[in-house]
Amino acid sequence: MDWHANLRTVAALTRRAANELLRVPGAAIPGVLAPTIFFLGLFAVFGNLTLLPGFTSSSYQSFLIPISLLQGAGFTGAATGVNLARDIEEGWFDRLLLSPAPRPVLLAGLVLSASLRSLIPAAVLLTVGFALGVHWPGLDGLVIALLIVMGMGTIAACWGATIALRFRSQSGAPLMQAGMLLLILTTTSYAPLALLTGWLQTVARYNPVTQIVEAARQGFVGSVTWGDTWPGLLALAGLLALLSALALRGMRRTAI
Amino acid sequence: MATNLRVIAALGARSVKQTFRRPQLMAPIVVFPTLLLAIQVGGAGRGVDLPGFPPVDGFLDFILAGAMIQSTLLAGNSGGIALAVDIEMGFTDRLLAAPISRFAIVLGRLAGTAALGALAAIWFIAIGLVFGARIDEGVPGALMMIVFVVLSAIAFGGLGAAVALRTGRASVVQGLFPLVFVILFLSSAFFPANLMLEPAATVARYNPLSFIVEGIREPVISSLSLEAFAKALASIALVGVISIGLSAMALRRRLRTGG
Repeated sequence: MDWHANLRTVAALTRRAANELLRVPGAAIPGVLAPTIFFLGLFAVFGNLTLLPGFTSSSYQSFLIPISLLQGAGFTGAATGVNLARDIEEGWFDRLLLSPAPRPVLLAGLVLSASLRSLIPAAVLLTVGFALGVHWPGLDGLVIALLIVMGMGTIAACWGATIALRFRSQSGAPLMQAGMLLLILTTTSYAPLALLTGWLQTVARYNPVTQIVEAARQGFVGSVTWGDTWPGLLALAGLLALLSALALRGMRRTAI
Repeated sequence: MATNLRVIAALGARSVKQTFRRPQLMAPIVVFPTLLLAIQVGGAGRGVDLPGFPPVDGFLDFILAGAMIQSTLLAGNSGGIALAVDIEMGFTDRLLAAPISRFAIVLGRLAGTAALGALAAIWFIAIGLVFGARIDEGVPGALMMIVFVVLSAIAFGGLGAAVALRTGRASVVQGLFPLVFVILFLSSAFFPANLMLEPAATVARYNPLSFIVEGIREPVISSLSLEAFAKALASIALVGVISIGLSAMALRRRLRTGG
């Protein structure tokens, strides 16, 4: 297949995922509702943590919003994995594998749709957040945050696809969601690194997603700098390379 | 009576086995609350330094009850999903055709949810103790916590069962999952109500779930007062009467209309 045909395949698979949203509008609700409820709930419950000496922001909602954006992307990506598992169970995926489309192209179609879909919860969360007084991050801060959201959606979709291809059943869904939740929350999600306690402080220091969170947090808290941006983009690229390699390995090992 | 008890025991055992066999049902009861407990202790643990935080040995002591009640609520929701799946697959219809009490079918499911609540309570007490929590009231306090969690599981399980019986659709019961977190965040499950932001703080002060959580928490952080005990028990009774009543109404409606 030439690259033209490959692009058309990717576009068709992305369109198919978008069709699901148009035909089953409720399909996007869990990915939007869960991070929004978590954002509102955590803000209401832990909002006074900003009173602790050493907290880097006086606005907990601004501190929290990047986490919720990444959670939204994580849930959306995991949902892509669940959809793939459903396609495997129903035999639709086997038919795709019989087509002359290369495996990486099939994966690209899946993850591209997740990347675009992750902008839906982001739009809702930002609307809710700004209504609740989240600081305007500036155009540069917003663009960086949205790029990171799309990247995280892609990473989550790769993870979801890896699990779906391994278990070939929707019963792997909790692992898809728990994996992303663990990756995102074991960072500076609730408080700055200096205020975390015990094991979480150590894990957050070495978890590459902490760099991604800090990059997405720029503008919402503090100003946007290249020094805070590149480590996040590097961590994003590294995770993307690792998880897409795992997903591709799963695709290549899938026999019909 | 003896037959009904045997039916309840058999259906309860089936419900527990079903949950252990399906990771989708097990994960919300144990995996997610344990993950959140570990992360919240590390992430918001310094909250105990805020002025107005009740005296505790550590944040784990405070939030342990929150994790238990979260697990209980999710066990109720998972029980509702499993019941709805039984309805969708026709298993409940076969039970309804059998010469057994109709309400024993619902009570069997609730017995399973209660057993899962007990297992969750033991799990959280165990990991709490392993990671340094101290139950001030000792063994009687731990037993009291388990009893409160089991009763709460029956009360909240009734809500899941009511929705399952009314709609007969697992997707609808599954849709209640986010609501569980709304109720939790609007209670003192994770943080003292006096340190939460308004309007959530006011809602948390009057939310029956806060009274239940405080009843479970009291034996850990201090001695259980009669007031906290009575408020917790009354709140569980209130939720229980409403949920079992709704389940009975939904069951009657299902029997009358056939769906």
